[in-house]
Amino acid sequence: MECRKLIIQSNRPLNAAVWEMKLYGENLTSAPGQFIELEVPDCCLKRPFSVADCREDVLTILYKVVGEGTKKMTALAEGNKVCALTNLGKGFDSSSSVQPLLVGGGIGAAPLYFLAKEFAKKGIQPVILLAFRCAEEIYYMDEFDEVGNVLISTDNGSLGFQGNALDALKEYSPNFDIYFACGPLPMLRALAGFSDKGQLSLEARMGCGFGACMGCSIITVSGPKRVCKEGPVFAAGEVIF
Amino acid sequence: MDTSVNLLGYRLDNPVIPASGTFGFGYEFAEFYDINCLGSISLKGTTLEPRYGNPLPRIAECPAGMLNSIGLQNPGVQKVVGEELVKLAKVFKKKAIANVGGSCTEDYVQTVEYFNHADNIFAIELNISCPNVKCGGMAFGTDPTVAGGLISAVKKVCTKPLIVKLSPNVTDISVLARAAEDAGADAVSLINTLLGMRIDLRTGKPILSMKAGGYSGRGVYPVALRMVYQVRQAVNIPVIGMGGISTAYDVLEMMMAGASAVMVGTANLIHPFACRDIIAALPGAMEEYKINSLETIIGRAHHA
Repeated sequence: MECRKLIIQSNRPLNAAVWEMKLYGENLTSAPGQFIELEVPDCCLKRPFSVADCREDVLTILYKVVGEGTKKMTALAEGNKVCALTNLGKGFDSSSSVQPLLVGGGIGAAPLYFLAKEFAKKGIQPVILLAFRCAEEIYYMDEFDEVGNVLISTDNGSLGFQGNALDALKEYSPNFDIYFACGPLPMLRALAGFSDKGQLSLEARMGCGFGACMGCSIITVSGPKRVCKEGPVFAAGEVIF
Repeated sequence: MDTSVNLLGYRLDNPVIPASGTFGFGYEFAEFYDINCLGSISLKGTTLEPRYGNPLPRIAECPAGMLNSIGLQNPGVQKVVGEELVKLAKVFKKKAIANVGGSCTEDYVQTVEYFNHADNIFAIELNISCPNVKCGGMAFGTDPTVAGGLISAVKKVCTKPLIVKLSPNVTDISVLARAAEDAGADAVSLINTLLGMRIDLRTGKPILSMKAGGYSGRGVYPVALRMVYQVRQAVNIPVIGMGGISTAYDVLEMMMAGASAVMVGTANLIHPFACRDIIAALPGAMEEYKINSLETIIGRAHHA
């Protein structure tokens, strides 16, 4: 964990609800699956956001505007300074995968972009299944297209396969050795039931984000674990839903 | 300039103690800074058996603080004494305070007995004020007769000084403080969290799975200060003040209200370096108000 001041390089909407924020800091680092805790003006607690990209001192987060804090974030302008805790949590372990499948649901696709780029660097083209409620909610389509083979599903069928992520997965049945997923809990639960050859990135309301408050503890086969510290990425067979 | 204070016969370099439940068992914070700058540490609430705690969500934000409904998650006293205290001793050269919770008198008594033999513990803090557990916890801390019975039973077996942590969720906290003193408590600490609630506007349902939780953070500071002032008048044992302390000035004010030492809680969760920064700012704040020794300001507001 590092505690530092970052400078907002850009902050723009990608669609009606999802925004992209780029943050600059000297020697800023992160690993796919890790997250940051961002201080929002006039909010008591920092907000956890998974890292969507990090290179050359610039870290990208993608955030969905859902409440007071994220609403305030949209007002932050280029050049503003914000405090953040960086390098939080344990990310994806992609070292042993040569035929990866990435499954993102809604805003959960964000950390998978960073992971897809890591695979691309190694010359591996992952299959990327992106599940949304409708076509209007899709973001980063071009970006994902550049680094993998994208499959789309929407609940209302406005683009790609009509249905949820698991139905789409069964329909497309791509070959994979390990899947890497992030999205709503019901999606992760369904995936874990489908196959235990995966890693799941979980979301939770957090107090601190660095392991102190026990606010985000989940139950696993080896006892309670903190989403912020031992996670947010867990083996699919490890989580007791 | 002297920041040291005496607490129950143990000399603290400064009065700042991370509050129970906001600092784990201490050693994880050693990754962030040298925790030996702390006066002491009040460790995560410990029960006889391991506890997972309450279902998620356990955290909800408030304008000047937060709600929590953790529910005393801890690995149980055997693991705490056998593993957590050992890890702490490697990075913390001072003595800590063990915080004990329970569901019945026997639980509390047995848990305290385990800590009697722990060398790096100088005092026991008895949690009779946790609002987030169904049995025990706050139920022990809102009735003076029940509280007195528990404290007497624990006092019989406890070989270390006993601090009783009080709940603010009562009509008159000084009644509970006096009951604690009469039953043999060596000190009282206050306040634990205030019961609160938040509702998610989208779903129309309480955010916390337990519906209600404990409110802490800057918003509770004036309430805590008033209660510390009130309890200082009611008892002759030391008072440890806590509730929303976030700056060195807050520490001075709380001590003037009557606190012999202070605990810092929610501030640690908002900023992992909070305690270190408060301690570093203490001498400057003392100089500003021409205070040479912190001990001389304890209860100053009562002499006015």
